[in-house]
Order: sequence, then structure tokens, then C-alpha cells
Amino acid sequence: MRTEAIAPLRAAHRPHAVSRWVAESAVPVLAVVGAILVVWMVATYVLNVTVQRDALDRAGTPYTAGELFLATYTMERPILPSPHQVAQELWKTTVGTPITSKRSLVYHGWITLSSTLVGFGIGTLLGIGLAVLIVHSRTLDKSLMPWIVSSQTIPILAIAPMIVVVANALGVTGLLPKAFISTYLSFFPVAVGMVTGLRSPDRLHLDLMRTYTATSSQVFWKLRLPAAVPFLFTSMKVGIAASLVGAIVAELPTGAVAGLGARLLAGSYYGQTVQIWSALFAAALMAAVLVAIVGMLDRIVRQRMGIRS
Amino acid sequence: MTEARSSTRPSVIDARGLSLTFTTADGPVHALSNVDLTIEKGDFVSFIGPSGCGKTTLLRVIADLERQTAGTITVNGTSPEKARLDRAYGYVFQAPALYPWRSIASNVALPLEIMGLPKAERLRRVQKNLALVNLAGFEKKFPWQLSGGMQQRASIARALAVEPDLLLMDEPFGALDEIVRDHLNEQLLQLWAKTEKTVVFVTHSIPEAVYLSTKIVVMSPRPGRIHDIVESDLPRGPRPLDIRETPEFLKIAHRVREGLRAGHSYAD
Amino acid sequence: MNALLAPLRGGGVLPFLAIVAIFLAFPLPGDATSLGLSPVALGGLTASVVVAAALFLRRADALAIGLGLVASFAGAALLIDDLPDGPLPAGSPGMGQGFWFALVAVWLLAWTTVDRIAGLSPRHPVARRAADLAIPILFGVWLLILWEVLVRGLGVPSVLLPAPSAIGAKLAAETATLWADFRQTFLKSVLVGWALGCGSGFLVALLVDRVPFLKRGLLPVGNLVSALPIVGIAPIMVMWFGFDWPSKAAVVVIMTFFPMLVNTLAGLDAAGRMERDLMRTYAAGHGQELLKLRLPAAMPFVFNALKINSTLALIGAIVAEFFGTPIVGMGFRISTEVGRMAIDMVWAEIAVAALAGSLFYGAIGLVERLVTFWHPSMRR
Repeated sequence: MRTEAIAPLRAAHRPHAVSRWVAESAVPVLAVVGAILVVWMVATYVLNVTVQRDALDRAGTPYTAGELFLATYTMERPILPSPHQVAQELWKTTVGTPITSKRSLVYHGWITLSSTLVGFGIGTLLGIGLAVLIVHSRTLDKSLMPWIVSSQTIPILAIAPMIVVVANALGVTGLLPKAFISTYLSFFPVAVGMVTGLRSPDRLHLDLMRTYTATSSQVFWKLRLPAAVPFLFTSMKVGIAASLVGAIVAELPTGAVAGLGARLLAGSYYGQTVQIWSALFAAALMAAVLVAIVGMLDRIVRQRMGIRS
Repeated sequence: MTEARSSTRPSVIDARGLSLTFTTADGPVHALSNVDLTIEKGDFVSFIGPSGCGKTTLLRVIADLERQTAGTITVNGTSPEKARLDRAYGYVFQAPALYPWRSIASNVALPLEIMGLPKAERLRRVQKNLALVNLAGFEKKFPWQLSGGMQQRASIARALAVEPDLLLMDEPFGALDEIVRDHLNEQLLQLWAKTEKTVVFVTHSIPEAVYLSTKIVVMSPRPGRIHDIVESDLPRGPRPLDIRETPEFLKIAHRVREGLRAGHSYAD
Repeated sequence: MNALLAPLRGGGVLPFLAIVAIFLAFPLPGDATSLGLSPVALGGLTASVVVAAALFLRRADALAIGLGLVASFAGAALLIDDLPDGPLPAGSPGMGQGFWFALVAVWLLAWTTVDRIAGLSPRHPVARRAADLAIPILFGVWLLILWEVLVRGLGVPSVLLPAPSAIGAKLAAETATLWADFRQTFLKSVLVGWALGCGSGFLVALLVDRVPFLKRGLLPVGNLVSALPIVGIAPIMVMWFGFDWPSKAAVVVIMTFFPMLVNTLAGLDAAGRMERDLMRTYAAGHGQELLKLRLPAAMPFVFNALKINSTLALIGAIVAEFFGTPIVGMGFRISTEVGRMAIDMVWAEIAVAALAGSLFYGAIGLVERLVTFWHPSMRR
């Protein structure tokens, strides 16, 4: 009986799906993003005005309040760059620079992205493999699982620079040490998520398989694995975001010359705030796109499997 | 087909031409269509009908959990909203809906806290109503430590603690097994006879409706409407469970079943 | 896969292999350097391994498990004692094959013991909890033993990976420095930032919850931001708030704000429809509904965010110190000691961070148990 009260709400999504989506999601999200931009613009003036006034005073030439206002948005090394400065820098260093150049953000982004993806791929496979072992071995479950869970409470990221330095000392440079950190960071969420997922079929479904006298590999392929798919994608979303953070942090204090993390560090050394912000936005964009891709894969696989989200 | 005897008792609920239409993707759904109904003080009225006949919707309109799209309805002579704000009724849901972080006693005390009653009074009412549903001694337990039947009894005690003259019950025993259900039916009837409350009871069980009610409202779906109102001539007050084997009982049950069959086509 | 896992489960193979391995550990005639144990020690080790393993082939009772524990730990102690004290001389082949066979035998025995404890599933709740605790602890201890023996036995340079004993020695020797770093990073940056970030995220969620339009806009944005590499904001915060701990706390605030916002908003929507209808039938006001229904129902979500944030806070504070700091702090120490190749000090610092992180998380978990005792995942 309760369904009759709820039904109209749930069904309401269908009729004009697009216009609904615009009204219910797009408009509020755009409004929030717009509000953030406005706050940013105001903050730019407030934060930069003192420094800029000093600079103009020192220059000695008289200036109007309007000129001061405009100048705060075009400073070379602002305390807070304005949105359009960041956008310009992003445009200049992606489209306006050949990708082979050391100044190209595409080049640096690619360096970070490649180690992220390699690490994420290995980490996901390892995580799935370990989860399968844990689900099938009672001893591994009882001995290893508590460590995997509690290891999530440890700031693993802190050892990222050390791993890179040690690897460099061994003569291993470039992509692999960074990928190793990404592997490490994406491995745990995937392992934990998959163990939960592989255990998610309920008693009844498992009993049903028992009545068919299914072997444990049949139970695995026909019941456990399909049941674990939603859990896998959820943890992959966490994993890929963690992989990217790992790759960026690995590029930080190690004298790395390429990658988004290196751009951040270089920017902070030379006070190039615009460069820092554009590297930050590039990283954010990359994270958003990566998570969105995993989300899209999730949706495609779910549709194929007939699971409605 | 309409009310057989005209009564001098005041009416508690009075609906005239009541309709409620939900707009959905597949077009409008007429949950209630042109419902006329009077419930008098002290009545035990059951709404019975198949899924989608609007019996829960009608109860929710009475409770001001849903608004009609046409027609008028009064509860205690005022609008349902006013009645709700006056805490004129107690509502029992299909599930116990007890808050798991509160003990049984403090679940029963919940509406009293919201009404702002002093602590001593809250304590008195909790004790009294838990005893009424045979749950004395379970005050400190948490809902998830009790069986489904006990949880539902606690939720009835919670509704009674408000001390309303009107009790609205939406398939309260639907999820329970038949033995527990019989037992609770008997207890509910005793409670009703003792307290002289007005009870509106939604069910899809014919024996339950006939056993409990003084008046049975038979409803039919698409659009949700009242098909028949059966006045029960079984004695008012507590009834023994084996009344269900008497010819009088079976006669009423037969009429209700006929009404349900006529109102509902099984083609769809 | 089945065939692969069968020996792990079947049980008979591991103790059998342990017996084989301990006999393979005997020095071959004319190869005295293989294993440095005295004949008495070797004999005792062999006897206890054989007896314990043989016992495991027949049964898995308290006697067998006790003997397995004693034999495996005694064996490990003998082998560690057999290791050279200093670093292996350059060009040394490391320990001989007898040593490694003995190690394999002892380790197989230990694994069998753990496996048998896992298979006990005692009836008594106290015994079961003890077993559930003992198994991961044994596993962890053996991880340390293997780490120690492999690093020292293979002569791994300490620049690459120091032995646990070396890290322990560093922990004991540098207590004052480690404490100062801990105070700077954890007690100041992490705790202050975490409290401010979680607190403001929670309060903003309460406000946003009242404006559905804002909520629909902020939820997707908040979810997105939670997945972004926010640590990258650290250089900017260092520029704005200076080298000392407030800039680190600012990074932590930003990192922890959005997970708390998003989780609290989701939690406030977690109360069921029927539970809300109930409040409506009582004509409860917004504040009453919030206090008596929606906040309690949101608590599991809030604690989830508190726990996620405890880890994020530590990461944020340490990484932010890579960008500039006064000469104290865990992140500062890690980056400078890495530069000086003093890897044992780095590991000591990481051990402190790990301990602090787990204790912080555990403390929140304890409070969570008290507050959300009613949640299905907490009921026992």
C-alpha cells in the first residue's frame, strides 16, 4: 500500500527527463558554481588590494580607485589569481604551447596521468586477486584482513617521497616508482570493496547454489563475482582518485622535474601563484574526468547486467 | 447499501466528494474518487480492499499526511491539518517504525516529549500504556531486541500514549504471523471496548475486518472508491475469537467477500 | 583456483613440508658454514619442529597449537640470533642454504599454527575474541620476523630497507625529536584542522539542509571536490598562512570539510519515510524533527566522515609540510631525512604516524560504538 504514495514521486523522473534534470540538478549546480566564482572574484580583490596599492604607491604615478581595482585582477604574482588569469594560463599552457615543451601542461599532465593509470591498473588487479584469495581462505581472512582494514588508517601517502628516492638510489627512475605508490593506494580500497562484494550474496542465494551442488568455482563465477561488480566500481572510483593523489604527491619533494606535482612545487618555489592554481585545476579536472570515466563504465556494465541503479 | 441506522452520536470524520489524483509519468492515477464517508464517535471502522484501492491513501488524508485534490473532509469538526496540530489522533503504521536508538520506554515517550509534557506525566503514561499492551518490564529493552509482534505492540502503546480519541491504524498486523495476529486482534478489541475510542483500521484480511469492526468499508480500485459499507450486527465490545465460526459472522464475511469480488475485476 | 587453494585448506601438506624443510636444513658434509647453529640447538629445533608438525598431521588441539607456537618462535629466535650483528661484508653471499631451509621450516610451522587457530572457532565468546585477536597479531609478528631475517640475512642495505630492529632502536634513541615532531604535526595541525574542518562541514550541512535548492547544487559539487587532489592546495596555504602550523591546519580544514558536508547531508536524508510521517503526525517542529529523528539517524554517516577525515587530516598535515615548515614536524623530518638517506629515521617517523593514525581512528571508532550502538552493523 505504501507504494501508491511513493509511486508518483519515483515515476516523476520519466516524463520530461531532460527538463527535470535541468531544473533539479543543472540549475542548482550552476548556481553554486556561479556563487563560488563570485566569492572568488571578491576574494581576489580583497586579498590582492594591499600589495597592489603598495606597488602602485612605490611606482609614484598617480592612480584612480578604478585603476587600482582593475590592477588587482591582472597582477603577475597575485596572492590569489583571478579566475580569468587561471583560465588564460590553462589555455596558454595546454593549447597555446606545443605538447613537447616543458612548459606544456598537457606534457606534465600526461606524465602524471601515465603513472596514475599504470599504478591504478596494477593495484586494481592485485586488489581483486587478493580479495579472491581472502574470500576462499579462512586463515588469510582472519590474519590478513584486519591488517588491510587497519592499514587504511595509516597515512601511507607520507612514504611516497621515500619510495621515489629509494628507487632512484637503486637506479629505477621515471614512471615506475610513482606508479608503485599509485598501486599501493588503489590496491587497498579495491581489496576491501571486493571482499565485501564477494561476500554480499545472501544466505538464500548461496543455499540455492548448494541445492544445485555447484562447485565453489561455479558459485564464484555465477554468483559471487556478479554480486561484487557494483562494489568493485564503487571502490575503483575511490581507488583512481587515490592513485592520482599518490602520483602527484610522489612528484613533490623529490626533485622531479615533470608532472603536475612538480609544477606545483616549482610554482611554490618561485611564487608563481598563477602556475600553482592552473596546475591545481588541471589536477582537479583530471580527477573529475577519471572518476567520471569509471562512473560511466559502471553504468554501462550495470546496464549490460540488467541492474538498475 | 448506505448506512442502515441513523445515529445520534457525533461524527468524528466526515468526507464529502473526496478525491485525490496523483500525476505520474503514465498519466493521472485516481487514488480516491468521490468518496463519501461518515465515521461516528466510538465506531470501529475497517477499510478493506485490494491493493491500489486507496484505503491507505484515505487514512493518510484523514491524518493530513496527504491532501485531497477535490471534495471536503473534516476530522473532529475541523480540517485534518488542525486536527493533526491538535494531536487529535494516534497513528499506527504498517511497520513498528520505532527509533532504534531509543529504548522501548523512551520510544513511547517520544510523542509526549514533542508535546512538551512534564517528565512525571510522561513516565506515568509510558508505564500505563506499556502495561496496556502487556509490555511492562520491557522498558529498558531496545526495539531490535524484541520480536516483531512485541515491536508492533510497543508502537500501539506509543500511539495510545498521546491519549487520542481517534486511533488510525494502517495494516498494523499485516507483517505478523496469524497466531500473533489473532492474539493482538483480541487485545485490540478489548482495548477499544475499555477506552471507547474511535478506531479506523486498514486491512486486506476479511476475517480481521469482520472480527474487529462495527462498520466495514469495502473499497475497489481504479479509481479508488467506496463500493459498499457493511454495518456489522455482531455485538459491540469484546468478542471471543470463536465468534468467527458463527453463522452471523460468516454472513457478514460473505457480504464483504461479494463486495470485494464485484468491485474488483481479476482481468488485470 | 580450487586446486590451487586445496593445500592451503586441506591442511596435511604444510606440516609435511615443514618436516621435509627442517631436514634439508642440515649442513651437508663438508659445508660447515651453511648454518651456524650448534649441534644441540639444531637437534632441539629439528626435534620440536618434527614433533609439532607431526602432531598437526593428526589433530589440532590446544597441545598441538601450544607446541607449534613455542617451536616456531623458539626457532625464529635461534635463527635471528644466528644472523651476523653488523652488516654483511660487501660481496658476501649472505646466509647459506641451510639457514633458509630452516627459516622455511619454521615459517611453515608458524603458518600451520595460525591456520589451525583460525580453524578452531571456539564456542565461548571470550575464547573466540581471543582467537580473532591472536591471529592477526601472530601474522603481524611473523611479518616483522621475516622482514628482520630477510633484510639482515640477504644483506639488504639499510638505505633501501632498514630492519625492524634498527627502526626500533631509532625510535628509542630519537624519542625527543619524534615527540617534538608529533606535537607540531599531530597535536597542532591535525587535531585543530580536523576539528575545525569537521565542525564547519557539519554546521554548513545543517544550514544547507534547510534550503533544498542549495542542497541539490552543493551535493554534486561536494562529491566532486571530495575526489579531488586537494593536498595540492598546500603551497598556496603556506603562502597565505606562513610556515608554521596554521597553514597545515588550513589544508586539513579544506580536505576534511567536504567529506563531512556530503556525509552529513546524506545522513540527514537517511531517516525513513515512515519515521518522518510519524513525526508529522505528532505535529513536530523542524527543530524537534532534527533533534529527535534526523540527527540520530545521521550519526552513522557523521562518524563515517569523522573516520575518513582522521586519515585525510594526517595525510594533509604531513604532505603540507613538504612545502615549507619550521624545522620541526613529521612531514619536514621525513623529507629532510630522505634527503640525507637516513631511511631508518624516516621509518621511525612513519611508525609514529601509523600508530597515531590508528589510535586516532580507533578512538573515533570507540565513540562511534557508544553513539550508534543501535545500528545493525554495531549490534552484537
